[in-house]
Amino acid sequence: MTKEQALYNYCVRLGDNALVQSYRLSEWCSNAPILEEDLALTNMALDMTGRAQLLLQYAGKVAGHGKTADDMAYRRAEREYRNDLISELPDADFAFTMVRQMLVSTFECFLYAALVSSSDKEIAAIAAKAVKEARYHMAHTSEWVIRLGDGTEESNRRAQSALNILWSYTGGLFETTDADALLLSEGMAADVSQIKTKWQENIEAILREAKLILPADDYQQTGGRQGLHTEYLGHMLTEMQYLHRTYPEAIW
Amino acid sequence: MTNEVDFPSWEVFTQVKPGANYVHAGAIHAADKKMALQNARDTYTRRGEGTSIWVVPSESIVASNPGDKEMLFDPSNDKIYRLPTFYTMPEGAKAI
Amino acid sequence: MMEHNENTAVQEVALSAFDYKMENDQAIEPRDEMPEGYRKHLIRQMSQHAHSEVIGMQPEGNWITRAPSLRAKQILLAKIQDECGHGLYLYSAAETLGISRSEMIAQLHSGKAKYSSVFNYPTLNWADVGAIGWLVDGAAIVNQVSLQRTSYGPYSRAMVRICKEESFHQRQGYEIMANMMRGTADQREMAQDAMNRWWWPSLMMFGPHDSSSPHTGDAFKWKIKRQSNDELRAKFIDKTVQQAEVIGLTIPDPELKWNEEKGHYDHGPINWAEFQRVIGGHGPCNTQRIAHHKKTHENGAWVRAAAAAYSAKQKSIA
Repeated sequence: MTKEQALYNYCVRLGDNALVQSYRLSEWCSNAPILEEDLALTNMALDMTGRAQLLLQYAGKVAGHGKTADDMAYRRAEREYRNDLISELPDADFAFTMVRQMLVSTFECFLYAALVSSSDKEIAAIAAKAVKEARYHMAHTSEWVIRLGDGTEESNRRAQSALNILWSYTGGLFETTDADALLLSEGMAADVSQIKTKWQENIEAILREAKLILPADDYQQTGGRQGLHTEYLGHMLTEMQYLHRTYPEAIW
Repeated sequence: MTNEVDFPSWEVFTQVKPGANYVHAGAIHAADKKMALQNARDTYTRRGEGTSIWVVPSESIVASNPGDKEMLFDPSNDKIYRLPTFYTMPEGAKAI
Repeated sequence: MMEHNENTAVQEVALSAFDYKMENDQAIEPRDEMPEGYRKHLIRQMSQHAHSEVIGMQPEGNWITRAPSLRAKQILLAKIQDECGHGLYLYSAAETLGISRSEMIAQLHSGKAKYSSVFNYPTLNWADVGAIGWLVDGAAIVNQVSLQRTSYGPYSRAMVRICKEESFHQRQGYEIMANMMRGTADQREMAQDAMNRWWWPSLMMFGPHDSSSPHTGDAFKWKIKRQSNDELRAKFIDKTVQQAEVIGLTIPDPELKWNEEKGHYDHGPINWAEFQRVIGGHGPCNTQRIAHHKKTHENGAWVRAAAAAYSAKQKSIA
């Protein structure tokens, strides 16, 4: 594998994560528990869409195949997507969304903070923007997780069952490939093994305050790096890519 | 459902740029202070309109009574000696 | 007895202050005395306006997950988010009149409060997103610009902010239509189809003709409304016809023609029977729109209860 191929894969992974999160967050539009939270969720979705655009565009540039961010988003099949499984799971309820986003955004805070000093200038610039967004997402969602966990019996039950499902997908965030090793040696990527401990400490602190219990089951479902997804991603792409597949000649 | 109580209302004041006055932007609902700040941010600073935000519980705003307008504000109208233009300066004096 | 007389006197003074402000085009503020009819009229109009913004999120929201490019998705999300914000500004402004947001929502669910009937039509292809921005928002803006001068201060201030933010809505819709008219035959067909379905409902948004909705109503007397339905409708038609021509769309009205004498376009008859039918509940999406709003509100109840409970616990600790 060349350095370019490794970098391409890395950008696609980060870009797909942003794209898939943007999709799930945007599904909340006109469905949130109060108008104010509708605005908050849409703001997060917009951050993610913008980030996906930058990363997928850069992936196209690195690959040199002339593909635009839209080509990358709308003209790949699910086996070509490289996002983490945790981001594609459908939202069972508001607790699921908040717990998921808290887990992922906390990870992204550390990830993009590290990438700010990437030797790849483009990645570093995108990271500088992303880390600010991720910090707000983490603050917003962790506060909600605490409210839900320490709110009513029902909200605690919902938050806990969301955590029980989501926990087995968090391992995917730390999955690495040979490409990561190559990029690490070049100072381009973030070392997720260094992030893991800090991430876990942060999560545990939030969960303690939220009176939620870390699931005992340690099984981790991974596969995103190899394009081995849940069944949910295909349906997401079917909907997202509908116009492109129906009218392949059209420009929108 | 119909007798559900709303989250408290908060008045939002935003500062457009550092050093500027905080200006009333509108109101939002929120259950607590942290939520109030974030809801204000997500609602009223979506177009780069803020560098800082104040939120104040709406019930804490004390407003003057419109009926007291004359009593409160008219007496200051004739105190024009509070304005610099009231004074005649000698011709030729600079930087005053 | 004595007390009663004094109260009456205070009431009279206060009401004449209201009349004085009306005559001198001064804004009415929440703490001002105001006639009960004025307050009721405003609550009705402002809550209807707020509900329209929020219900209006649904037809466009129908296309968020299917937006055909990342750019299109961002624009659409930002636009629908604005509608949400505008609903919020208007609910807040209406709350200054002594009604709560949950009371207004309860009135929407019971059918006591209405929302703009145009949102009872479905969005069936991507061009509908363009048509809503260009035509529906275009019509709304004509009305909203006029409302910036409405007599109630909080309503007027909300409208100023809303108009400022909405200025991109119509442009993005028109851009979608223009792009599709420059595109494939399928795209042009979709654009014209959307035009055909949204033109007449957009004209209906201005309400009945002046002949059946006289200038002399309370809304004019109280300076809540500043221009008549037909005046505003004519404004909208005049600017939109030219825009349609530029991109090659046909307006689905064979009787549409310029009237030199009036300085406005003449248009064919509006189907008021359809208008009344849809307002009365029998439009393509009435049931769906309210059911969606109710479901969302009910699904959110446990979240709101949780936040309230958490806040109460924090206060009891402190």
